[in-house]
Amino acid sequence: MSNARFKQRNRLASNSQFSGRIDRSRELTFRFNGKYYKGYEGDTLASALLANGVDIVGRSFKYSRPRGILAADVSEPNAILQVGSDEANQVPNVRATEQPLYDGLISSSVNGWPSANVDVMSLVGKLGGDAMGPGFYYKTFMYPASMWETYEKVIRKAAGLGRAPTLPDPDKYDHMHHHADVCVVGAGPAGLMAALTAARAGARVILADEQSEFGGAMLYGTEIIDGKPALEWVLDVVNELRDYPDVLMMNNAIVNGLHDHNFLTINERRCHHLGNAIPADQTRERMHHVRAHSVVMATGAQERPLVFGNNDVPGCMLASALSHYIRRYGVVPGDSLVLMTSNDTGYQSAFDWHDAGRSVVAIVDTRQEAHAHWLEEAKSRGIQVITGSAVIDVKGSKRVRAAVISSINTDGTFVTGATSELDCDTIASSGGWSPIVHLSCHTGAKPVWRDDINGFVPGESYENRWYAGSVAGNHSLTECLSDGIQAAQQAVEVALAGVEVAQLAAAPTVPAAEQAPTGQSMAIYLVPHTKAPSRAPKQFVDMQNDVTAAGLQMATREGFESIEHVKRYTAMGFGTDQGKTGNINGMAIVADTLQQTIPETGTTMFRPNYTPVTFGAISGSHVGHLFDPKRFTPMHAWHLEHGAEFENVGQWKRPWYYPRGSETMDEALHRECMAMRKHVGILDASTLGKIDIQGKDAREFLGRVYTNAWEKLAPGKCRYGLMCGEDGMIMDDGVTTCLADNHFLMTTTTGGAASVLEWLEIYHQTEWPEMEVYFNSVTDHWATMAIAGPKARALLTELTDINLDNDQFGFMEWREGKVAGVPARVCRISFTGDLSFEINVPAHFGMHVWEALFNRGKKHNLTPYGTETMHILRAEKGFVIVGQDTDGSVTPADINHSWAVANKKPFSFLGKRGMNREDCLRPNRKQLVGLRTVNPAVVLQEGAQAVRDPRQEIPMTMVGHVTSSYFSPILGRSIAMGVIRGGIDRMGEKVYFPMANGDVIEAEICSTVWFDPDGHRQKA
Amino acid sequence: MFLIYCPHCEEHREEPEFHASGEAHLARPEDPEACTDEQWGEYLYFRKNPRGLHRELWVHSAGCRKFFNILRNTQTYQIHGSYKVGEWLDVEAHPEQEKDEVISS
Repeated sequence: MSNARFKQRNRLASNSQFSGRIDRSRELTFRFNGKYYKGYEGDTLASALLANGVDIVGRSFKYSRPRGILAADVSEPNAILQVGSDEANQVPNVRATEQPLYDGLISSSVNGWPSANVDVMSLVGKLGGDAMGPGFYYKTFMYPASMWETYEKVIRKAAGLGRAPTLPDPDKYDHMHHHADVCVVGAGPAGLMAALTAARAGARVILADEQSEFGGAMLYGTEIIDGKPALEWVLDVVNELRDYPDVLMMNNAIVNGLHDHNFLTINERRCHHLGNAIPADQTRERMHHVRAHSVVMATGAQERPLVFGNNDVPGCMLASALSHYIRRYGVVPGDSLVLMTSNDTGYQSAFDWHDAGRSVVAIVDTRQEAHAHWLEEAKSRGIQVITGSAVIDVKGSKRVRAAVISSINTDGTFVTGATSELDCDTIASSGGWSPIVHLSCHTGAKPVWRDDINGFVPGESYENRWYAGSVAGNHSLTECLSDGIQAAQQAVEVALAGVEVAQLAAAPTVPAAEQAPTGQSMAIYLVPHTKAPSRAPKQFVDMQNDVTAAGLQMATREGFESIEHVKRYTAMGFGTDQGKTGNINGMAIVADTLQQTIPETGTTMFRPNYTPVTFGAISGSHVGHLFDPKRFTPMHAWHLEHGAEFENVGQWKRPWYYPRGSETMDEALHRECMAMRKHVGILDASTLGKIDIQGKDAREFLGRVYTNAWEKLAPGKCRYGLMCGEDGMIMDDGVTTCLADNHFLMTTTTGGAASVLEWLEIYHQTEWPEMEVYFNSVTDHWATMAIAGPKARALLTELTDINLDNDQFGFMEWREGKVAGVPARVCRISFTGDLSFEINVPAHFGMHVWEALFNRGKKHNLTPYGTETMHILRAEKGFVIVGQDTDGSVTPADINHSWAVANKKPFSFLGKRGMNREDCLRPNRKQLVGLRTVNPAVVLQEGAQAVRDPRQEIPMTMVGHVTSSYFSPILGRSIAMGVIRGGIDRMGEKVYFPMANGDVIEAEICSTVWFDPDGHRQKA
Repeated sequence: MFLIYCPHCEEHREEPEFHASGEAHLARPEDPEACTDEQWGEYLYFRKNPRGLHRELWVHSAGCRKFFNILRNTQTYQIHGSYKVGEWLDVEAHPEQEKDEVISS
């Protein structure tokens, strides 16, 4: 391929005075919308596209109009592209102005179907454009409502914003946490000066800037500091800052959020210049979480475009963007320029254009009189300045062909003369500078309007925050530098109490700054046209969301007067743009339409994030197996080795069942259940919450938090306890063991461990601090294994010195002794209804004891079972599971557990008053009962709704639902529990379960206890 | 994300170490049995929802596990102070907050 094919027609020669901050020795090839182009190291995708003369970068969101690049920085509303060198690293909605160019970069427009150059939807935009006012989609596609999903697909295809990659992201992301004395946001003159001041005072400083180089607007300016070009001063400052060990400086680091109590989230893009060639040990993006004592905001200002007819035709740009492209990248994005400005800063862009060797047709100044200095400068270059005039319309469709200009009145509210056309291919505009107040609003401070600078400045905040330079409305270089020093002094003095920065020998002084003079700018936002906005060519306010001046006026006519409502109705400031170029113009237009001032109209609030953040940066390394911590029992390795399937219970990994060979789940459950009922089974119960409770008032405390009585529970005994909230509803249950008169061990449900501990603490600390009682979580300290079944005693006898005889060690008792040679607490409690021993040993002995049991267990057919078999076994006995058979609206009486409520206790225990409220006592509450299907082979669905009469009309009256349902191998039939209105008094009555497929399952209300109702087996 | 001072640890720590437990200074009635259903309902369910100063109960759940109170502005999220259960922090000691209370009323 010859280089001629890749001629960068808008790139200035390397010997031009604007050679740019690019490395011409490193030529890069990239692709855009299927075509190959060349650029240089140091380019952004935007500067490279402009160097190659690419005019159209996408189609607009709603009207599908061709759009070109407007800005050179983060404010770009149009060049929102899909970028990535392969499928896995696709990133949607990347601003071309923020994307460093790399070799092999592939990008495409996100809007435009079938292509950005030829767009089907533009017909709609052209023909139907006038009809597509705000709310167009709501109004047009509203009826019938059921069709919206169909409409939506078509609309989205025609107006999308990029696509997500279809392959997993191969890159790494991480988070980093910092503490700083002073965090400085922005590294323009104010930010650099602030960082230097704070660093010299000995503060820990973090300086973050969104650009790839420090210097802010000075990267494309003409400023002189201390007699040298400003960038030399920048280099000196940066070099000095690098020497401080406690100063962290970051480029490509956007402060995206300024949260409460000076918490900042900074998104550092570390490898966006590398495509998919990221070194293996390098993260693509890093999210810095910074807690700063003081924050110095030096976020600068954003140039506003002026709003005029057809101001979105490619070739219409921000004035400052021209200087940015010319001076920083050696790119001049056109041949002939008409520049419109309402202020003095706009002039320099036309001079740069002229000095780059291209033609400036005219500078159109909306003010009646221009500043003498700038007039003189223009004159010396032979540039025509037309004052008291404005560009009111643009000719051209895919590129600017001519500017239509006219004289305007002093206020800029109407056109005063005849129109004329100036041929050109570029129209730049400057409507002045808006302080970038976004971050200052993130915690709720309302920006304050200042007439003298035609802009909002940050509002008051109670936080330790200072604003320096342009963000505070102080735009001159000298003000920026002195602001930076002052802000940092105050920031340091708060952060490092006792340090008086101004007294320090090293404290910097304000350097001598030279900058061209500027006078008063004109407050103009919408440029008048010969016709009213509703009849004039489209005057775009927010280009990303296709919001026009006419649209805003229509919104106010339709009654949307609050700026927040206007925003939501028109979508102004929505999306990835967040109102960067359009918001102030939009508010000014709304204010004018409502005949009120801008401060009366107010501003919409800016919220995090300032720019879009990738999900990668947000999740950091918390993905895949690091997404959430996992908890394993001491016997986990054994379960893995024996092929267990696992169930997640909170963060715990619990064995669910242990399939053997080609067994199905049902077959495995059948085998496990039968082995336990006939021989002996073993369950890893280590995950149950365990709370050690000690103190002389421990017993009384238990009596207050449990519904049942604890007064007489002797050491050596265990008791089931039921815990209720103050509303009387069941919240947890478990067995508590009396270890000594003042020492208990409470077990909780696996999921309830943390919340129960907090529940105990809150009552102890806030209600009964006089009680002497201490709580400690010991869940992880113990390995717990329950052996259950007729052979349980025979098995355990072989391994323990504890006398297991029934008359020596009764049901609901515990003994201390040795099991497999290690100290153990053995509890004779049962969640299966069979003879059962729960062996507790220190966690590190868990595997030893578990394996010892299996060594002796073979002859007893010792069979491990998981949580699913445990559920079946307990359901056979009617034991409830809190959270499955209860749902927070169930009292002890509702589950027929009134036996566990000791109403005679002297203290009004937690839940007593609640469960005696009128509604809790009414008859016909949903009550827990057994549900025996008429067909024993049919297993009800958990959650199935019960009705009394299946022939009634839909919607039927539902009287309850199934909470637990299984097939019981030992009984050879299905079993179920459910809550049924008034169920306890309706034993033997039928209920019906109409299913989605039309079947109706018939069941009889019965006792919840299916197996061994007299409880002989567990006491055997 | 808040930065919260734990009056027990006597340190500022990050919010993820803490849990909010709702409105502070809600005493359990001395004799629940003497409460009418309505009074008990008030105690159970009804909470202030002020725009402005609010006294809240927090727990240093991933720290010392102690409960304590904070005085916080629900509008600005400014925390005016932390104090132990059983203690009181005077609003009057913070003149700038009186303004907030006016807003909340």
